[in-house]
Amino acid sequence: MGYLDGFKVTFRKLFEERLTKDYVKDKGGKRAKPTRLHGRHVLNRYEDGMEKCIGCELCAGVCPARCIYVRGADNPPEDPVSPGERYGYIYEINYLRCIHCDLCVEACPTEAITETKLFEFSFSNRQDAIYTKAELMVDDEGKPKQLPWEDWTDADEIVPHTSAWVRATSPSGAAAYEGRVAWSGELGFGVRPPEVGQSRPESEVDTHEADVILSHPGEPGGHPVDTPIEELGRVGEPPAPDEGGEQRDGGEEAHH
Amino acid sequence: MIALDPLLEGGIGLAEVLIVVLKTVVAFGLLLGSVILMIWFERKILGDLQNRIGPNKAGPWGMLQTLADGMKLILKEDNIPDKADRRVFILAPFLSAVPAFVTFAVIPIAGAFDGDDDGVVSLFGHDTYLQLADPPIGVLLILAMSSIAIYGVMLAGWSSGSKYPLLGSVRGAAQMVSYEAALGLATVAVVMLAGSLSTHEIVATQAGNGYDLFGAIPIPRWNVIATGLVPFVIFFIAGTAELNRPPFDLVEAEQELVGGFHTEYSSFRFALFYLAEFMNTITMSAIMVVLFFGGPAGPTFDVLPGWLWGLIWFSVKLIVFLFVQVWIRATLPRFRYDQLMNLGWKALIPLALGWVLLLGAINIGRDADWNMAAVVGVSFVALVVGYMGLAGAVAIAQRREESRSEEVIG
Repeated sequence: MGYLDGFKVTFRKLFEERLTKDYVKDKGGKRAKPTRLHGRHVLNRYEDGMEKCIGCELCAGVCPARCIYVRGADNPPEDPVSPGERYGYIYEINYLRCIHCDLCVEACPTEAITETKLFEFSFSNRQDAIYTKAELMVDDEGKPKQLPWEDWTDADEIVPHTSAWVRATSPSGAAAYEGRVAWSGELGFGVRPPEVGQSRPESEVDTHEADVILSHPGEPGGHPVDTPIEELGRVGEPPAPDEGGEQRDGGEEAHH
Repeated sequence: MIALDPLLEGGIGLAEVLIVVLKTVVAFGLLLGSVILMIWFERKILGDLQNRIGPNKAGPWGMLQTLADGMKLILKEDNIPDKADRRVFILAPFLSAVPAFVTFAVIPIAGAFDGDDDGVVSLFGHDTYLQLADPPIGVLLILAMSSIAIYGVMLAGWSSGSKYPLLGSVRGAAQMVSYEAALGLATVAVVMLAGSLSTHEIVATQAGNGYDLFGAIPIPRWNVIATGLVPFVIFFIAGTAELNRPPFDLVEAEQELVGGFHTEYSSFRFALFYLAEFMNTITMSAIMVVLFFGGPAGPTFDVLPGWLWGLIWFSVKLIVFLFVQVWIRATLPRFRYDQLMNLGWKALIPLALGWVLLLGAINIGRDADWNMAAVVGVSFVALVVGYMGLAGAVAIAQRREESRSEEVIG
């Protein structure tokens, strides 16, 4: 019918299932977060409680949005704040400017600054936009501190993921180090396991192998979150053929 | 005679005035309420047709979204640009909104038409029609008001002192001139059949069953059938163009003209334009229901009072039309300016003119007892010859234009 075919198309849409999901605020309604979601930052501490930040200001230097303000100070000899010579005396992030690019996380030599999966922190005050050192520093259990305006439903699942980016690629950017632990432990969590490898395997033919290796913990088609470290990145039994397509989608996404 | 309404026969006293005031308030409230629902309906259905969800947060199924939007608009800063012509700038939104209300006044919205009642109900012991006013020139009033409404668009664009609104309003004026004629000619077909310009009369002539298909299936005596569908199609297209609704929304054309004529408007003035747009959609759909689909006329049953059945039939027909309007908006892309002009001048107006002539010939033939087959045959031949002449003239003009532009370029 030429011109009128379009009417059929739109009319059919009336009865199709909607792909949009509701934004659920209640407990258990949040979807699993991708491994590398960039939420708000935390300042990490070593397992003995010392701060990781050494006040080097590399994060502030690399920040394209210029939202980080750091001032370092010498560690007091009798009661040192960090293991190094100096420590971060002032540390502020302005979230009205931050673009969550994670360059600060990459620049940090001590993995002091990482990004959490917390993204619901709509403040209504300019002063609240500036997170100070006291607000960014993890508490004694290694968890971020909740600020009054932050929305923390499903906190048990989301809050423990205080870092990921540092473990996402191979340390130093060298593929040979892929999967090796090259980071320090975190207060409350210890040394975190490495993420599944990034590079494509040599055997491009075996797409199933590539799928498994490229998949991420906890994501659709990826490893379950509680997979032991030794098992990560290992190729298991091939799944049933009808599930294969789904896995490949997840893998492709992770690769790019 | 100031009106055909039986209420006003035999003198006007306090009771009559009060009844008219009551009817005014009810009609006003009804239209305003239905506009609020219409905006929600349009956004929701548009969402459904585009595989989205649409508003769903404010109230049940998002029904209060319009109120929320209205509150937001009223609380916003009311900005008048420095370069604007202040008085005209302030006047324009009202020129846009008021005609929409006035048009609704002549729409019969309820009443039983299938018995001997003829749509008359008794209100506090006074016989009256369930429409605010029934002037003898009802249809002319509708056409006049839809022409006045364009002044709102034109003056808004002109007085804004800004280029995009001006472009939008110039387009609006040209579009209105082009489609008003087709709209009027399509209406003439209906008026010719009903023999009256009063909207009540037009509905009354469509009441009851006119024909029986195969002697069994009753077909309503709607004008859409009696005038042979073509005037309705023309009226529908021209009406949509008159409303500046997609696919004829060149006046607003977000992608080209920011917001068109209302680019510089904010706050309550913008809300008035927004309201007028949807109000016009409702009234234009109501006009189509009245002119072509029998308005509130329809079968009545004893379960409910007769006038209520009129309201039900009217509402059902109206909602179907509103859905179709939204459906069209969701489906068709916007016309290009030259396509708009071509459709209006080269297709709709000649077709409407030809059809009016055909209907006229049939009417005269019936009155004079001529051979109907011959009348229709001769008329059709005349129409085809006329159309071929027009098409030939257009083609020649086009070829000349092309060769001229080739000369200029080459």
